[in-house]
Amino acid sequence: MSRLLVILRLAGRDVRHRPGEAVMLVVIMMAATAALALGLLLQGTTAHPYQTTREATSGPDALATDFPSGGVPSGGFPSGGGTPASPAALKQIAPLARAQGVAGHSGPLPVAFPVLTFDGRTDAVLAEGRSSAPAAVDQPELTQGRWVRADAVVIERSFADALGVHAGDRITLNGRPFTVAGVAVTAAFPVNGVGFLEGSSQWPNPGLIWTTTADAETLATRQYPLGYVLNLKLTNPADAENFADRFDPGGYTDNTGGLYVIPWQMISHQDGLVIAHEQKILLVGSWLLALLAVGSLAILVGGRMAEQNRRVGLLKAVGGTPALVAGVLLAEYLALAVIAGAAGVVVGWLTAPLLTNPSTGLLGSAGAPHLTLPVIALVVGIALAVATLASYIPAVRAARTSTVDALADAARPPRRHARLIACSARLPVPLLLALRLASRRPRRVLLSGLSIAVTVSGIVAVLFAHATLTVSPSGPAGTADPGLSDVGFISQTARENRVLLLITVMLIALAAVNVIFTTWATVQDSRHAAAVTRALGASAGQFITGLSAAQILPAIGGALAGIAGGYALFTAANQGPSASQPPAWWLVTAVLGTLVAVAGLTAVPARLATRRPVAEALQGDGT
Amino acid sequence: MTDSSLVRARALRKDYGTGEGLVRAVDGIDLDVAPGERVAVMGPSGCGKSTLLHLLGGLDRSSGGELWFHGRRIGQLGERALAEMRRKEVGFVFQAFHLMEELTAQENVELPALLTGVPPRAARRRARDLLDRVGVGDRIGHLPSALSGGQRQRVAIARALVNEPVLVLADEPTGNLDSAATLDVLRIFEELHAAGQTLVIVTHDERIGATADRLIFMHDGAFTDETLLSGDSRSLGALIGLEEQASE
Repeated sequence: MSRLLVILRLAGRDVRHRPGEAVMLVVIMMAATAALALGLLLQGTTAHPYQTTREATSGPDALATDFPSGGVPSGGFPSGGGTPASPAALKQIAPLARAQGVAGHSGPLPVAFPVLTFDGRTDAVLAEGRSSAPAAVDQPELTQGRWVRADAVVIERSFADALGVHAGDRITLNGRPFTVAGVAVTAAFPVNGVGFLEGSSQWPNPGLIWTTTADAETLATRQYPLGYVLNLKLTNPADAENFADRFDPGGYTDNTGGLYVIPWQMISHQDGLVIAHEQKILLVGSWLLALLAVGSLAILVGGRMAEQNRRVGLLKAVGGTPALVAGVLLAEYLALAVIAGAAGVVVGWLTAPLLTNPSTGLLGSAGAPHLTLPVIALVVGIALAVATLASYIPAVRAARTSTVDALADAARPPRRHARLIACSARLPVPLLLALRLASRRPRRVLLSGLSIAVTVSGIVAVLFAHATLTVSPSGPAGTADPGLSDVGFISQTARENRVLLLITVMLIALAAVNVIFTTWATVQDSRHAAAVTRALGASAGQFITGLSAAQILPAIGGALAGIAGGYALFTAANQGPSASQPPAWWLVTAVLGTLVAVAGLTAVPARLATRRPVAEALQGDGT
Repeated sequence: MTDSSLVRARALRKDYGTGEGLVRAVDGIDLDVAPGERVAVMGPSGCGKSTLLHLLGGLDRSSGGELWFHGRRIGQLGERALAEMRRKEVGFVFQAFHLMEELTAQENVELPALLTGVPPRAARRRARDLLDRVGVGDRIGHLPSALSGGQRQRVAIARALVNEPVLVLADEPTGNLDSAATLDVLRIFEELHAAGQTLVIVTHDERIGATADRLIFMHDGAFTDETLLSGDSRSLGALIGLEEQASE
């Protein structure tokens, strides 16, 4: 017990003695754990909001659609007019209201396929005809304005958000002016309409608006006749998928061109998919960040341990065993890891709603309910694992140091690589210094190279993801028709790009921290060698160039490995559309940019190192 | 002294700190060192000997006064020019040896030559010759950790000589050595002097000081006394004293 008390007291004292470094350690670990927590918290995040919305809008247990074949606009304003009723479609869908297992219904409701124009943007929409009376099943919940009336429409919220349209704005449908009466949410339609008409080669992601029945009918054309929607309440909602299968024995291919029944579980699942990509990006990103955090911590902890040599000697001199010394050093980092893990969970929990709420088109909060004990345990556990990985070797090494050496504060002798030393003799002075500096601490060089490889892997994976997101399988923006914007798809892509950007920025920030730590550790470690070299005539400029080059050499290897790693990472994580190759100049820029950034970041600590007079640096013990 | 001095200092000053904490490590020193001369600077620890040596070798910059080396004013040289001066014209020998731990004796000696741009093979040859000359030719592949104090200092002397400097500055070169090793080092300095090498040696050991052409005493940053030593009395007496000690 007293032993534990000593360990905790000494660890606590050291943290208080160097608060800046302790904060730095916590921030690094927190960045990785926050991303991990965010990824975990987003899992199934829309399930609760979907249920809330379903209850608030009396959402359907199943949705039957009968849309005309190819019944979506493919460019320009549909020509022709009249009332292109679809008696066959109506005749096919209407009997479902009386099918076995159906407890209630609303509809069949007419659906037209007009082109909406607002603020210079053009998109095809589903215009669902509604009466002014509330529907028994699927009565959209207004979040803004009023319900439909003649020449006034209500727009589904996620679509309205993507368009930037509000109640009171003016839009046109097939060139005819309408007022936006209100904005509403529904559980009968996936967020942003993404995938609602999946399989339609022309237009898989429609927006949804509600009009009066009469307006919907007038918006239909001969080219694009009316389709119908029937909202069904079932006696056993949980059995909705089996109910749907009864009407679609051939399996799903396309819900245009005939009767199709969509169970509520599919809509909920589709909503979940909206953030599934974001979740995947965050999870993959958090693992990359965790790897970088291990690198940062290993370098930082290694540097701190070197500074604690004398403390280790004192502990041993007063009777501390190697186990006690290692315990003190490890306890400090494990305590900081627990703090960082907890902080990461809180940051992730607070950030989750920012990624899911603004345009989900659902009611309720996404993030808060999912903070569970397993998530907390996993995140804190990973923080502890990262800290252990990074500090175990330096702690054990410090514990094994001879007491006399530690008391004398003798630096760990550098490694000798005879062949490298011989080869470097043939190189220009800065490269000679670079190779010799790098070869003194091969493990640090390896860590440095790996850190760059992880970062470049992340960046390259992001570039692949960006190229794949931008160029969807069916065209530049999810639709084959260049005349239409496909606002829903763009909105989702923009959200995913934001998450990619967030992860990229965090990766680059941590990598930058790594580069600075590595350079600084090298500067500290090579103070004596640098002073001697300068006393022998190497100029400050040669030393700065050499020190920078010592960091750039592993960075080159890391950057090249990162290209292959990034492609592999993207291929492993991507289960959606096939990967699109980003332009070669993106990759070249990423690699060159990384090397330039490394050079820039190392120049500052290297320059600072040369400010110390050589004579002063030589005052310590030598060899 | 004359304009032919290799080193010439006038009112040379080096301050540390400011206000009440000001310490004048070197306080208005005038010094001339002629080519081929062997000068010893003696004084107690902390009197400013090492600081003076650092100023003479361009390792540190003065706070005041003037310093000429080979006719150039050191104070006006930029960092690059100072580095070049150290590289080509000055050789340092330190009390703490300051050898690179990860380099062998030969690699340590050839390093300044490589920094000067000497081809690797030529640098290696020079290093071997010098290591032979200082008596550690059989230790060229050894790391410093495998050498005795005296051997390390001989390697350090060889390193100081590899670029054939016009001036060798030695800061307590025997401070960490036993008597036998001290004697070896002094013999090397004797040979260097005989070959016309200019030497400035800082020491607190009177026996070492007695081997110089000129012995300068320093106290609290200033020169307090100067003695010209002659022939036999200067070196032999000291060496004999050391030999007696070494043989005990």
